[in-house]
Amino acid sequence: MFVEGAPGSVRRPGREPVKPSDMPVQRHTIAVLVANEPGVLARVIGLFSGRGYNIESLTVSEVDEVNARSRITIVTSGTPMVIEQIKAQLSRLVPVYDVHDLTLEGPHVSRELALVKIRNVGENRIEALRIADTFRARAIDSTLESFVFELTGDTGKLDAFIDLMAALGEVEVSRTGVVAIARGTGLQMPQVRHEPGKRKGQAGT
Amino acid sequence: MAKPRSSSPRRPAAPTTMSGAAIILQALKDQGVEVVFGYPGGAVLPIYDELFKTNAVRHILVRHEQAAVHAAEGYARSTGKIGVVLVTSGPGATNAVTGLTDALMDSIPIVCLTGQVPTHLIGNDAFQEADTTGITRPCTKHNYLVKEPGQLARVMHEAFYVASHGRPGPVVVDLPKDILFADCPYVEASQVETKSYRPQVKGDSDAVERAVELIANAKRPIFYGGGGLINAGPKGSKLFTEFVRKTGYPATLTLMGLGAIPATDKRFLGMLGMHGTYEANWAMHDCDVMVCVGARFDDRVTGRLSGFAPNAKKIHVDIDPSSINKNVAVDIPIIGDAGIVLEQMLAVWKAKGYKADEAALSEWWKQIEGWRARNCLAYRPNDDVILPQHAIRRLFEKTRGTDCYITTEVGQHQMWAAQYFGFDEPNRWMTSGGLGTMGYGFPSAMGVQIAHPDALVIDIAGEASFLMNIQELSTMCQYNLPVKAFIINNQWMGMVRQWQELIHGGRYSESYSAALPDFVKVAEAFGGVGLRATKPSELDDVIDEMIGTPRTVIADIMVKQDENCFPMIPSGAAHNEMLLGPEDQAERRTSEEGMVLV
Repeated sequence: MFVEGAPGSVRRPGREPVKPSDMPVQRHTIAVLVANEPGVLARVIGLFSGRGYNIESLTVSEVDEVNARSRITIVTSGTPMVIEQIKAQLSRLVPVYDVHDLTLEGPHVSRELALVKIRNVGENRIEALRIADTFRARAIDSTLESFVFELTGDTGKLDAFIDLMAALGEVEVSRTGVVAIARGTGLQMPQVRHEPGKRKGQAGT
Repeated sequence: MAKPRSSSPRRPAAPTTMSGAAIILQALKDQGVEVVFGYPGGAVLPIYDELFKTNAVRHILVRHEQAAVHAAEGYARSTGKIGVVLVTSGPGATNAVTGLTDALMDSIPIVCLTGQVPTHLIGNDAFQEADTTGITRPCTKHNYLVKEPGQLARVMHEAFYVASHGRPGPVVVDLPKDILFADCPYVEASQVETKSYRPQVKGDSDAVERAVELIANAKRPIFYGGGGLINAGPKGSKLFTEFVRKTGYPATLTLMGLGAIPATDKRFLGMLGMHGTYEANWAMHDCDVMVCVGARFDDRVTGRLSGFAPNAKKIHVDIDPSSINKNVAVDIPIIGDAGIVLEQMLAVWKAKGYKADEAALSEWWKQIEGWRARNCLAYRPNDDVILPQHAIRRLFEKTRGTDCYITTEVGQHQMWAAQYFGFDEPNRWMTSGGLGTMGYGFPSAMGVQIAHPDALVIDIAGEASFLMNIQELSTMCQYNLPVKAFIINNQWMGMVRQWQELIHGGRYSESYSAALPDFVKVAEAFGGVGLRATKPSELDDVIDEMIGTPRTVIADIMVKQDENCFPMIPSGAAHNEMLLGPEDQAERRTSEEGMVLV
């Protein structure tokens, strides 16, 4: 049945490739321009959950009403191979126009907005107001026993502020998640120019 | 798959309005659709009413919606056209889900129209309502829910565009019943432009040049082709074969790619992967340059990743950027249509006057011939009981030279068919590779036979898989389709039994096909012809009779029950750790990491 003693290859040691799972996990901020149509967000989120990718933050809003386009900003983490996969998988969704890895493509600015409600009285209340001032947070609502502060900044700044507030009273937090854009003159996903006065067309189902 | 979109003459500027159902039929006609596989129901009655009024589109009434999708897949894979499915809302759509997932995994262009409850009832848990776009989102390439009559024609045309461009796949269009009655404007396909989905088909010329230089300087090269070659149309396979012959390099194909280079070509090493040939897998393991065209480094192909071609520079041509660096990091990725990139590569090869390194190549071939000499697909002839390998080999020999198409179910018989049936042309071999859908082959054969009425269409089946879509015998007999079901009947879910033997200590939990029907009588009950072979001496006569009978035939081939499928790379092992036969099996145990793999 099987011929014995036929020549076979010697097993060579070879270079041991680094296992993809052993590569370092990095955080990336990815901007995605999509058609503003029903289900598009479900497609993006379903892609992440279905393929086991992380979402640390996801924000979305329409940015171009005339052409019905929305911009999604995703903060995700993974090994370089996973990050590459995420971008490729996003790019092949039919309603996706463009994908940019802001972390890879040079410096970018990213901001979050938080609304932080703190309930406290006495000295802690004064300290909260003082710290808010240091952070350039604005009080946008106030009662005798509470403030609502509005604060923008990068994620680290917001985290620090919320930690300090939590030490001074009972806290409730609402955050937008990260929005980001590249620094400098380059327009990565420029708005499509349209004639002034033209109203929203029939794009999007 | 680059397929020109139908261009019908332009109409006058004023848009014609018709009912939604009429728009759908018009769009199907304009897209060149000749046949639709479907099953009616309440939500799609207006479309069936339009079908009743036209002869331009033929409807094939299946007996289960899953079979409708598989039939459309068989149609698509054997013709290169788009397969079209029409099912009703709720259960119609959910029954189609397995077929859609199958088409997604194997990159088959399908447009599936599903009925839906009227828009004002969506979300109300109405009768036969299901969230079809929600359910099918992860198992389609794209899907649409048409909520505006004005969007219907555009969505129909876009669905055909998306299904066939880039990496092909299934597209669902969910159609609420009120839209089917509404007055809709018709737009021509030529007026519909998809702005966001623009797949790249031409390879980056710089990458192509670097790739060809690497190919030319290789000492131990191998071509590794896959289903992307078939999807690229006849050009893909033709140019692949031309490049392989021009270089004189060895080539292997995945399960999906069989037929892309003629099996009779001496440079073809056979299929690679878990049940691939010894020579193909060893050549993959020892190569220094791997040229992967239209394949995706599937786990059934690579085996243990850390032991996969450890010394090779890898070139990967794929139309889908997400296939690049997914499982295996490659050195030169080229994104583009396999046919177009191969054309670019051949042009560079000729322009630069490259020649293969003959000395190195003859050394390499000497080594490969050594592996080949192991004759890994050999089996001991048996006069008492039919060996499954022998049954398929005889079927191959007796159908050689005929206009023959083969489909399969999933399991041992599928692997034996891939090993022992040689394909000299693309589009002749239809099998469920990615999803591994038992019950795929018989309805798929139906679609193939519809597309090729005069061809010999054979479903090489296992008895367990065949039972999963056996109801389609009724469809076959209704349309007088002379499909042959060649059942390799070992009375076991053979591949399950084999794995239980190999890694679960021979505890055959629930893998015996108990209470099997008499397939001869089953065939007769539906109006077909049943044949049976129980001894090797009967095999040839049964095959001859099967081929000679111009009706639906079940040939029940009773084979050796405990035969295992070899060669085999056990899960968790590398290409150079193959089991060649039962003798190897006793010596090696599957690793713990391997046992958890599927």
